[in-house]
Amino acid sequence: MYDMKALYEAESVSDAIRLRLEHPEAQIIAGGSDVLVQMREGKRAGKELISIYGINALRGVSIDGDEALRIGSLTSFSHITRDPLIQRYINVLGEAVDQVGSPQIRNIGTIGGNTCNGVTSADSASTLHAYEAIVELTGKNGVRRLPIKDFYIKAGVVDIRAEEGEIQTAILIPKASYENTFGHYIKYGMRNAMEIASLGCSVNVRLSPDKKTIERCRIAYGVAGPVPMRAPSAEAIANGSALTEEMVTEFALSVLSDINPRDSWRASKAFRQHIAVEMARRALIASIEKAGGVIA
Amino acid sequence: MSQYKLVRCNINGKDVERMVDVRASLTDMLRNDYRLTSVKKGCEVGECGACNVLIDGEAFNSCIYLAVWADGKHIRTLEGLMGPNGELSDIQQAFIDETAIQCGFCTPGFIMSAVEVLESGELYSREELRKRLSGHLCRCTGYENILNAVEKTMKRRHGIPVD
Repeated sequence: MYDMKALYEAESVSDAIRLRLEHPEAQIIAGGSDVLVQMREGKRAGKELISIYGINALRGVSIDGDEALRIGSLTSFSHITRDPLIQRYINVLGEAVDQVGSPQIRNIGTIGGNTCNGVTSADSASTLHAYEAIVELTGKNGVRRLPIKDFYIKAGVVDIRAEEGEIQTAILIPKASYENTFGHYIKYGMRNAMEIASLGCSVNVRLSPDKKTIERCRIAYGVAGPVPMRAPSAEAIANGSALTEEMVTEFALSVLSDINPRDSWRASKAFRQHIAVEMARRALIASIEKAGGVIA
Repeated sequence: MSQYKLVRCNINGKDVERMVDVRASLTDMLRNDYRLTSVKKGCEVGECGACNVLIDGEAFNSCIYLAVWADGKHIRTLEGLMGPNGELSDIQQAFIDETAIQCGFCTPGFIMSAVEVLESGELYSREELRKRLSGHLCRCTGYENILNAVEKTMKRRHGIPVD
């Protein structure tokens, strides 16, 4: 038995908003692979829960009217990895979330829960930052959309307004962001399964039509700071550059002026800085190769 | 004040219903209300896989799955693999033949993940199988014999000869 005060089950988004407004102290639970574990550990013991897990309308991947990729917030990691639209337009996201926990965790864990937790190590977060994802929140005043970088406020805190009854309902990837874009994610951990990233790095590129230059490069990290972050200095070096080894090296080294990792029991700051450079290099090379480019 | 909810579901092919305490995990419900004790209580935080069951064909750690979520779902536990006259399934027999069992505590969870693998119809590489089974901890066997059992059963089902 879980030590919970009460459970409220939402059957629709409007139901969830109503329950949120009625029970402002209650914790939202999606798949529960964080919330229930924390409740078991005593951290959230005795709390009220609002379960949104039963809202099937929040599951699945589609293309919306603006040709943006729309990922329902309750879509599980394993369903994201298997989804044909994800595989076609943003395969790197499917590969990234395929490194979360274990197969069972990937069946229960949701992309909404992964982002609403606000933790920097979330395996989806760096790729979503690197693709400038839009977070859709629905509350009593309707829908609010904001860039994912603004959604993350600080470690463990995201911009969801409980007082407005908001829940996250989707994550959107605009067409301009995924079109002709190829990415690669690297997770560094001590072991392969059931592991939180010591550092995560997601890179994507769009090459020029002749595949000789990088039109646009984006790179984002998890665990390189209190929240997931882009590395703008590195991006500036790659953007518009020819595909050379020198560029790749300069790109990789420049991430050090952008990131701010910390010492923790998982890894030291110095080690994280060391692997951040190598991960940037490898992820950029892999992205260029996936895009059909050849580094001279 | 206790809060109860009617949970209707199908367990191992049989439609059932029961009033369930909303605080219960699916492990609690399967063990206490339905006496399905193949579903083990291990870590109870989703790490070890001993409580693994199939829900609508996918593997879930039932310890971190609320019992009330099972409403309307098809659930399968190890007990559901038994043949009409109590026969073992091929994957269970393979665990015995390959010495993939010592204490047996992790076995039901492992086998239900193996069932998901086998019923997918995919022919996985050894490395892919390792990943498919990585949500289970075994402190006895060192995993190799478990991998052998699953790999050989998968190959037999595909008609591939195994030694």
